[in-house]
Amino acid sequence: MSILNELLDAPVNLSRRRFLASTAVGALVIGFGLPLGSGRVQAATAAERGTQVPAFLEIRPDGTVRLLSPFMEGGQGTHTAMAQIVGEELDADPATFIVEAAPPGEAYVVMENGMRITGGSMSVRMSYPTMRRLGALARAMLLQAGAKQLGVPVGELTTQPGRVVHAASGRSLGYGELASSALDMPVPDPASITLRDPSQFRWIGKPVKRLDAYDKSTGKALYSIDLKVDDMLHAAVQHAPRLGMTVGSLRNQPQVEGMKGVHSVHVLPGAVAVVAERWWHAKRAVEAIQVDWQEAAADSTLRVMPADFSSDKHFDFLAAQQGPVRDDENEGDVAAALKGGKTQLEATYHNQYLNHGQLEPPSALARFNPDGSLDIWLPNQAPDMFRADIAKRTGLDPAQINLHSPLLGGFFGRHFLYDSANPYPQAIALAKAVGRPVKLIWSREEEFLRDVLRPVAVVKFRAALDDKGLPVAIEAVSATEGPTEALAGKQGDKIDPTAVEGLSGKSYAIPNKRIAQIYVKGAPMLGYWRSVGNSLNDFFYESFLDELADKGGHDPYELRLHLLRDNPRLTTLLQAAGELSGGWKRGPFTAEDGTRRARGVAMASPFGSHTAAIAEVSIENGKVKVHDIWQAIDPGSIVNPAIVEAQVNGAVALGLSQTLLEEAVYVDGKPRARNYDLYPILGPAQMARVHVRIVESGEKMGGIGEPPLPAVAPAVANAVAQLTGQRVRSLPLSRHTFS
Amino acid sequence: MELRINQKAYQVDADADTPLLWVIRDDLGLTGTKYGCGLAQCGACSVLVDGNVVRSCVTPVAALVGREITTIEAIESDEVGKRVVATWVEHQVAQCGYCQSGQVMAATALLKHTPAPSKAQIEAAMINLCRCGTYNAIHAAVDALAKQEGA
Repeated sequence: MSILNELLDAPVNLSRRRFLASTAVGALVIGFGLPLGSGRVQAATAAERGTQVPAFLEIRPDGTVRLLSPFMEGGQGTHTAMAQIVGEELDADPATFIVEAAPPGEAYVVMENGMRITGGSMSVRMSYPTMRRLGALARAMLLQAGAKQLGVPVGELTTQPGRVVHAASGRSLGYGELASSALDMPVPDPASITLRDPSQFRWIGKPVKRLDAYDKSTGKALYSIDLKVDDMLHAAVQHAPRLGMTVGSLRNQPQVEGMKGVHSVHVLPGAVAVVAERWWHAKRAVEAIQVDWQEAAADSTLRVMPADFSSDKHFDFLAAQQGPVRDDENEGDVAAALKGGKTQLEATYHNQYLNHGQLEPPSALARFNPDGSLDIWLPNQAPDMFRADIAKRTGLDPAQINLHSPLLGGFFGRHFLYDSANPYPQAIALAKAVGRPVKLIWSREEEFLRDVLRPVAVVKFRAALDDKGLPVAIEAVSATEGPTEALAGKQGDKIDPTAVEGLSGKSYAIPNKRIAQIYVKGAPMLGYWRSVGNSLNDFFYESFLDELADKGGHDPYELRLHLLRDNPRLTTLLQAAGELSGGWKRGPFTAEDGTRRARGVAMASPFGSHTAAIAEVSIENGKVKVHDIWQAIDPGSIVNPAIVEAQVNGAVALGLSQTLLEEAVYVDGKPRARNYDLYPILGPAQMARVHVRIVESGEKMGGIGEPPLPAVAPAVANAVAQLTGQRVRSLPLSRHTFS
Repeated sequence: MELRINQKAYQVDADADTPLLWVIRDDLGLTGTKYGCGLAQCGACSVLVDGNVVRSCVTPVAALVGREITTIEAIESDEVGKRVVATWVEHQVAQCGYCQSGQVMAATALLKHTPAPSKAQIEAAMINLCRCGTYNAIHAAVDALAKQEGA
């Protein structure tokens, strides 16, 4: 921190030449002696964040701008958004940007919460002012360089996209012509920078085209799995059937070693590996190894999967838990109001485990260099955390670890630091063992075996209605383990917000409410899954709210409006969804094609944004068919409406997938499915039409990637209940029969 | 054995039952074709064989001797493929992009056989999985291509 402060007191002057000579990636900042030794990310203060301009930007002679972004691109469009934000203030067309993920390092900690992760739908909303300022600082440096080169006072200069202009003399210089001197200029005092008036925005708030669209349509985009270095070997693994088990003996090692293309066979913690010249040979050989697996040792540090674990039985176990109960929200006098209400209602809900199912199987490429340093390429959502973990595992100094973050072939929460679910420790061990670079790819089957799961909960609701049929009390007690609790292996001092979000944080004016958790540690290792706790909890709460509406004789849309009557922001949002759908119409009704249909509504307030969704469903061959989803989203303000709309489509798809058909079922401690054949994910035939309305309330900016997911499941379930009279209290719907 | 890929002959030293996917990715370095499942479930590995879409992760390489294989790397050399790519960009289809090579191949094969497919024909042909949920954008892009042809 102190060094950073000194750097800021004295204007930073990182030489562009040094930047280029270092080929970026880490060496620049290290060369400047910033305290990176620990591998920790030390957050700069708000005033300091994102001010080391040369660490982020390289302007090439042709005017192309290379931006090293703190965030990972995995489809959510963050690279394009960053180009828009920086380009707006730099005065450079985002189309002239090349954006890549920055290496680990403090310079890239730009989020207002002092973290650097790509998750929680945080990238844009947590870095927006900082990244704007970064662009503005760079523009100021270009202006200074222009003043020097043209020999005029800087005050006489202005910019046009990509150019410094001296209007008085009609002279101008392209950014590319100025870059060599500009990035040697001192970085101006951030306090001296004036940002552009939002009314003058050219790119922020506009449907700017994605920077990666062409490369991703022609196979040119490179993901971790595609990378290759000289002299590289390929590796495949076979994991223990249950986490925690260890390798006893290999019955046929000599035979496997003799198989075509095999370089060597290795025993790893809880896995065996084959290294080969080609991955196909490695995969075939590793699958041929006959391993005697041993039960986990009593002192195993892993979460041991018991041989008798069944996910279906786990729901019964969760339902049977009585406590201890910890309150997250408790307002009014819930016990008295429940007793005193005119009508009481109780219901129990649960959800299912889920896999991430990102289409790119995990991989890692590790290379030890002659100087003892390590280059590692791997999918990740948190480079500093991964580097620190690698340092811990290898004993290397973080400065000796060059961590590269290629494009992600989908992530949805899959690529956080999960101790037992990442291939890089294996890749590093293998590269060390064979003395050559190794790329390890987990087959789809190994991925399904070791993926961390979306948590499950059994939630018991109680509620009371007054004599008008309006809710006066609601209580939800969730028997569950949140993903953060699972990663910690224990309950924290406070409730894990990722366990109860979506039950907690509701805005409905119900005077007496209690949201509580019974912490129940389960068997499978858990992780974050797009929209995290909201992905289950909004299904529970918004479905039960419809039950209350029905019990009280109220229309569910009208009841929500009533309960939000003092909340203009959410009232506007709900009305926007209603309007988008052509006016709220619950049904059942007969559609033009003769099918009987109904609609359901639900809301959610995840990750700083608010959403309202309406679903239209019918029953086709005993199964639920979702025809349309109308979704209104209020993220406060936005950067790219086209990408927002794409993200809503994507979140709806994943939301429908978990609603209609997806579930990770465990029997005898093993996943029933090891590939998409037995773990179906939403296909094009099940996709609904998606209609999006973006409501920019001007409130604090919220997230985009996750918020449009949680309202989908309850909107569909509520529509199904209205159409069939069947109230579904568990997912997926494929477990239920409809007529 | 000799394989013809993207109008070029390659001498390939691989077992007869090696899936084409791994020959083109690891032996030839053409990584635009993706591995997703290895079971012909997802379609990320789609390539064209004599103009028909084939899932290369389950197609033994020996079966392809004497056939013309096209991968995503050569898609713009094909008139139809070039239009598909342009429309994919225009419609901003890709999110993570991992499945899109296969989607573009599937769309190209469809349009080569059926220049102006109906909605039902599009639905029957465009069956590759996409975890990002770009299905509506894919459908809109193919529909636009079909209409270009019909116009």
